[in-house]
Amino acid sequence: MLLKPVAMHIPDGFLSVPVAIFLWVVSIIFIAIALRRVNQTLGERQVPLMGVLAACIFAGQMLNFAVAGGTSGHLLGAALAVILLGPWASILVMTCVVGVQALLFQDGGLLALGGNIFNMAIVGTFVAYATYSLINKMAGGKKWGVFAGGAAAAWLSIFLTALAAAIELAASGTSPANVGVPAMGAVHALIGIGEALITVGALSVIYAARRDLLAPGESSSTTSSRTVLVGGLLMALALAVASPLASANPDGLEWVAEQQGFLDKAQPAPFQVISGYNFPGVGNVEVSTILAGIVGVLVVLFLVMAIAYSRRRKITNYELRITDKEATTRNS
Amino acid sequence: MHFHFLDPYLPRDSAIHALDPRIKLMLAIGFILCVALMPSGAWMAYALAFALMLAVILFSDLGVIAVLKKSALALPFVLAALPLIFTAGGPALATIGGVAISASGVARFVSIAVKSWVSLQMAIVLASSTSFPDLLLAMRGLHFPRIFVSIFGLMWRYLFVLADEALRMMRARAARSGELERSGPARSSYGGSLAWRARVTGGMAGSLFLRAIERGDRIYLAMASRGYDGEIRAFPLPRIPPDQWLVFGMGLVALVLLLLVALLLSGV
Repeated sequence: MLLKPVAMHIPDGFLSVPVAIFLWVVSIIFIAIALRRVNQTLGERQVPLMGVLAACIFAGQMLNFAVAGGTSGHLLGAALAVILLGPWASILVMTCVVGVQALLFQDGGLLALGGNIFNMAIVGTFVAYATYSLINKMAGGKKWGVFAGGAAAAWLSIFLTALAAAIELAASGTSPANVGVPAMGAVHALIGIGEALITVGALSVIYAARRDLLAPGESSSTTSSRTVLVGGLLMALALAVASPLASANPDGLEWVAEQQGFLDKAQPAPFQVISGYNFPGVGNVEVSTILAGIVGVLVVLFLVMAIAYSRRRKITNYELRITDKEATTRNS
Repeated sequence: MHFHFLDPYLPRDSAIHALDPRIKLMLAIGFILCVALMPSGAWMAYALAFALMLAVILFSDLGVIAVLKKSALALPFVLAALPLIFTAGGPALATIGGVAISASGVARFVSIAVKSWVSLQMAIVLASSTSFPDLLLAMRGLHFPRIFVSIFGLMWRYLFVLADEALRMMRARAARSGELERSGPARSSYGGSLAWRARVTGGMAGSLFLRAIERGDRIYLAMASRGYDGEIRAFPLPRIPPDQWLVFGMGLVALVLLLLVALLLSGV
């Protein structure tokens, strides 16, 4: 089918209602911040530009290349959007893409849409932004920074988005973490390579044709983008720590889910892991601590962003790029 | 008739099509929420939900077979829940190759698959019986942020333009043998290495993006020259006639009953 980009869209029925609602709330907060941010920098240009770019990412996901045996690589586009538009505009664009996919093409459920937005638009964007700007900084504005940063951002955004989805499924009790997390991780580690290759190909065209759009450097100079950078790093870190622990102690996640009343009460006992794999108390405590940690990180993140937002600065990276671009269009 | 092959809307002269989009959206989401809230193993309630769904499909005149076929296409995701049948514990149903298949695991797996399938059918009926402008109207009516609805609307207008552009690029690539040949001698018919193919596709994505960004500027200028000042103006929302409110009320009652049946029968 033409319209199946990456098997990452969670359908309805797979997220428990509390998990789905929690992710909706988180996503709505991020989208609200992104709407304000982008409105500040773009003003009345926001609607046409974001609309067309969302359509562009949607269409870009149709582009595929043959890999082998009838399988093909696709583009998800979160990393490309972040690199070219900055984090907030990318959240909006990806939200629109995921939203239209769910609403019209049943790629991902309607109730699960909050979770899908969180995974693809928010985790993908933050992680890609943090990776790209860190590597770019290390490269000191040299050419390789754009490509190495782009490749790493593309791969990591796919990989961590998949891990986030797997953890959400495990927390909903629909996919045991000891199988789901490694499986999702392994599959998407491969899919991520395709994404990285396509992203690098796209960046090399843009680098040749419109280098101004890739303006590296000053990206971390404003409070807001530094917050995104730190947030992205924390998300990446949290997922990197949580996934192996969760997959080693699947009963832990299940246990947390049950404690929270996430699972149906009628369910019989929690997971019996294959024998010889018993970390009774320790595993549970560990994993629940990490889950609590993730929630804590998110809460702190909101606070930091709220503070950063209240001390807003007008000029962000994106505006610089826009004005840059205007200058070049006028010159040409 | 489709005005574009991507558009899922199928115009019909049915009661479901005639329903106000706000009511349709609310009831569809209500139904999906209700199905999600059903405990696992509530087979009776699943059957009722499926019967209700079948009735909706029949009323919508979209064709039962067509909708069911479409809903089966998106089901491969159930693979994610498959491991449950081995890991859920409890009494074993059967043993294959020394691995026990648990009865409660199978029940949970089938529950997830059925719930997902029924929800998907509702989403398909919603998308096929409501045109996108109507969906936008419903979003406005349900107080989605206005600017977001506007972005959605603009995205929809240009989706087909850019999708056609992407398809043209793919046709051009195929014509220049960037495609992987599936027959013929092994090496000679391949359009370059895997990395080369990926890079070519990346180049396509890059130029698609550049064209879109320039198109966005042109669209903005065109809008600005026609008086756009950042405010999207729209006609006031039409009123919902009383008989449609009645349908809404009946739908809500049906959903509550469905949920009650599910909860009572599973003994919670």
